[in-house]
Amino acid sequence: MSHIKKPRIHHPALTRNRLGLTRRDYEGTMSTLCAGCGHDSITAAIIEAFWELEIEPHRVAKTSGIGCSGKTPTYFLQEAHGFNGVHGRMPSITTGAHAANRELLCIGVSGDGDSLSIGMGQFAHVVRRNVDMLYIIENNGVYGLTKGQFSASADVGSTAKRGQVNREHPIDSVLLALNLGAGFVARSFSGDKEQLVPILKAGLRHRGFALIDIISPCVTFNDHHGSTKSYQYTRDNYNQLVYADFVPPAHEIAATYDEGDVRTVKLHDGSSIRFRKVPGNYDPTDRDAVYGYIRERQRAGEVATGLLYVEEAGGVGEESDFHGLQGTVEEPLVDYPFAELCPGAEKLERLQERFR
Amino acid sequence: MTGDSRISANGGPPPALARVNDLAFKIGTVNGTGSASANGLLRRAIFRMGIPVSGKNLFPSNIQGLPTWYEIRANADGHTARTARFDLVVAMNPATYQRDIEEVTTGGWVLHDSSWPLPRDLDRDDVNFLGVPLAKMTVDNFKGSRVRILMKNICYVGALAALLDIDMEIVRGLLKETFAAKAKLLDANYLAIDLGHDYAREHFDCPLPVRLAPMDGNRDSIVIDGNTAAALGCVYAGATVAAWYPITPSTSLVDAFTAFCHQFRKDPETGKNRFAIVQAEDELAAAGMVIGAGWAGARSFTSTSGAGLSLMSEFIGLAYYAEVPSVFFDVQRVGPSTGMPTRTQQGDIQFVAYASHGDTKHIVIFPANPHECFDFAVKAFDLAERFQTPIFVLTDLDIGMNDWVVPKLEWDDAYRPDRGKVLTAEELEAATGPFHRYLDVDGDGIPARTLPGVHPKGAYLTRGSGHDRYGNYTEDSEPYADVLARVGRKIEGAAAHLPAPEIRVREGAEVGLVTVGGCRGAVLEAVEALAERGIEVDYMRIRAFPFHPDVEPFLAAHKVNLVVEQNRDGQLRKLLITETGAAKESLVSILYYGGYPMSCHHVMDGLAEHVELGAVPQGATP
Repeated sequence: MSHIKKPRIHHPALTRNRLGLTRRDYEGTMSTLCAGCGHDSITAAIIEAFWELEIEPHRVAKTSGIGCSGKTPTYFLQEAHGFNGVHGRMPSITTGAHAANRELLCIGVSGDGDSLSIGMGQFAHVVRRNVDMLYIIENNGVYGLTKGQFSASADVGSTAKRGQVNREHPIDSVLLALNLGAGFVARSFSGDKEQLVPILKAGLRHRGFALIDIISPCVTFNDHHGSTKSYQYTRDNYNQLVYADFVPPAHEIAATYDEGDVRTVKLHDGSSIRFRKVPGNYDPTDRDAVYGYIRERQRAGEVATGLLYVEEAGGVGEESDFHGLQGTVEEPLVDYPFAELCPGAEKLERLQERFR
Repeated sequence: MTGDSRISANGGPPPALARVNDLAFKIGTVNGTGSASANGLLRRAIFRMGIPVSGKNLFPSNIQGLPTWYEIRANADGHTARTARFDLVVAMNPATYQRDIEEVTTGGWVLHDSSWPLPRDLDRDDVNFLGVPLAKMTVDNFKGSRVRILMKNICYVGALAALLDIDMEIVRGLLKETFAAKAKLLDANYLAIDLGHDYAREHFDCPLPVRLAPMDGNRDSIVIDGNTAAALGCVYAGATVAAWYPITPSTSLVDAFTAFCHQFRKDPETGKNRFAIVQAEDELAAAGMVIGAGWAGARSFTSTSGAGLSLMSEFIGLAYYAEVPSVFFDVQRVGPSTGMPTRTQQGDIQFVAYASHGDTKHIVIFPANPHECFDFAVKAFDLAERFQTPIFVLTDLDIGMNDWVVPKLEWDDAYRPDRGKVLTAEELEAATGPFHRYLDVDGDGIPARTLPGVHPKGAYLTRGSGHDRYGNYTEDSEPYADVLARVGRKIEGAAAHLPAPEIRVREGAEVGLVTVGGCRGAVLEAVEALAERGIEVDYMRIRAFPFHPDVEPFLAAHKVNLVVEQNRDGQLRKLLITETGAAKESLVSILYYGGYPMSCHHVMDGLAEHVELGAVPQGATP
């Protein structure tokens, strides 16, 4: 069966958010991915994040490219428009949609195959343009739908299911995004919902481009001994570098830990991110230091996770998001009445004097 | 003729026929020497004298140093297609002296810089050499090498004004308009124009027998290039999102759109933009942005050329199958591959008609000149939203970048965009059943669409993968075929709503002359030239694909239809064979694909050749 719709029957006891919606209202159709796929855990975290943020589903635009990750927007927010485009081109479709209607809340779901090979040009340029979107890379190191070829994020020495060893250097989307000037860069693990949900929420609220690279093991083709993107390997080498709590604008901060460990970073809409358990001298707003620290952890064989870098409100990125750079009006372009877009006959007549 | 810098050994060239307001001349210069403004000045002065005039810029793919030409044709009857017969050549570039001098018609003139002697081997007995010491004059009168180079151009404008009887008051008036804010430059230009003018009057019999005279042919005309006109059409149609990647010869379309948007689309209070123009990283991204914006409900477009369209093909298939409104301007240049980027051709016709893999077929409209570029640009956005599909506006370098004399652009303030079947929040709210994106409710093959962000009941997932009429993913045979067949019907059904062909029938005609796009001028000139020789031919210009219902009857009414187009393979002819019931043998190609704009003589020569080969009845001998 190629398409399974879930029945929409809600248990009356399900918790509702302030919009009166239950978590079920943020779901999509039944996943057709493999049982145990990391992507499904991410979908669940996305549903949780949207529900907790109390976002009206139809305000959201979901976009994706090709591959297993490309299928996932079908599995959440069925009341949102979605666009499953072509391979590696999710960024351009999202850019166009955001250009047309800046009030859409854009979430793009991509994979390591989709973003780091054919899509790397578009990935780089959507960062440069600082399109206001949450960009998720479901990173499993392999091509699943074509049965297990290495992707560009596969580590040197990592083995494929049939034993081949990858010798080509990996492309790290987190380091790349830091280099390209992204204002929000995170890495997480599909198996750690506690870490992932707050990061997703912060990413959705961040103004400008936000990247979350999520290690998402492929249970069918890349979950064996020798793989560096397996559940086991990720758990063993997982370094929860930064714990971040997302605090919505109107919420009291209820600290339960030593203030000395906490660093608060404000987002543009008044919400904030509270970093706890930040290692001694780690500064999540210092791009160069963050870059160096991630490299250092990599050399130690660790996968550094958490909300690794974020630009503070009032930073360079604030007015340099896509529409800031464009100088576009505050209202969505799609809402502009035609009469205010068309100069009219009289102006055309006058203009043509120039052509005589 | 007095003052000829060279005396021909054979006692002088034959006398030229006297002609008024029917001449063509060509200026050969070096790219990057600022001749464009001088040449534009000439063309505009002739226009202001009321004479129909065109300007064709034959430029190299180069920033500085290679040869470049500007061709001006003035014709009282309005024939302003390119002609290969030059009455006069201004030879400013020693690198092309030989070629330029060869192109002058017998009895014609060569104006050259006589500061240095012309090489002896360039002598021609049958033309007149008019030497003007341009370099010497500018060295004597101006300081600084850049100014001297620029003023040399203005000097030849002055000389030509005297030789061709161009109204000097008009020339001075144009200079004043141009340099209104730069008094110093204006004075220099005035001096240069007089230097050239006075020299010509003192040394030659001015005016020449082939000359210009004021008339009243341009009262309702403008001179404009197609890219500017198309850009203006986009502004008037209400396009708000443009995404593009620079490529000759389409770049000036987005440049013009940008300039017009800054002129007309700034919010008067905040100064902010009611538009977004994105220079993408490549054509693939440009296409993606256009489609993303179209999906979100904006009127969006890109402008490119064949090479760019090749890169966009994948997205074109997506927009076709997912049914996303989008507009693609293809300003064609010479292919295949990089081809000749600054030369013109109609080489993308077949490619665009079926661009992308799988079963696709696209709506293509073919403007013939800048006037139609404006009208068709507006039309394209209406068609895109009406039929929910990519629309291709196929122009070419000649239409897009050259200066055409066309009727003034007109705008009806009663115009409202045709948004097609877009469901509003109110309609969705009131709907009793669920919304199904690809369901053909009323039998015209066009389903209703919804826009993101409008209403929860309008949500669906757009996809390039197999889908059924309800918008769900499918890999099943019947639901897939059902949608694909319906999309096919939708495009076929569009034919009658597209621009009808331009048809001109003449008494007693047996042969049809069929053409497309910018060949119009040359073909209509040929129709008249043939009529003058007693040969009547009917004329049809295709303006859209899929072919309008009027196309086939025209073809059927003629035993022979000569299909005139600018490509090697007769692409329009092939499309007519594939898509109409016309017999293959009844369609005969006349082709020119060398990269310059089509001329009347290409049509006449082609016709003569076919008569000789027996493909066309003897009676049609030109």
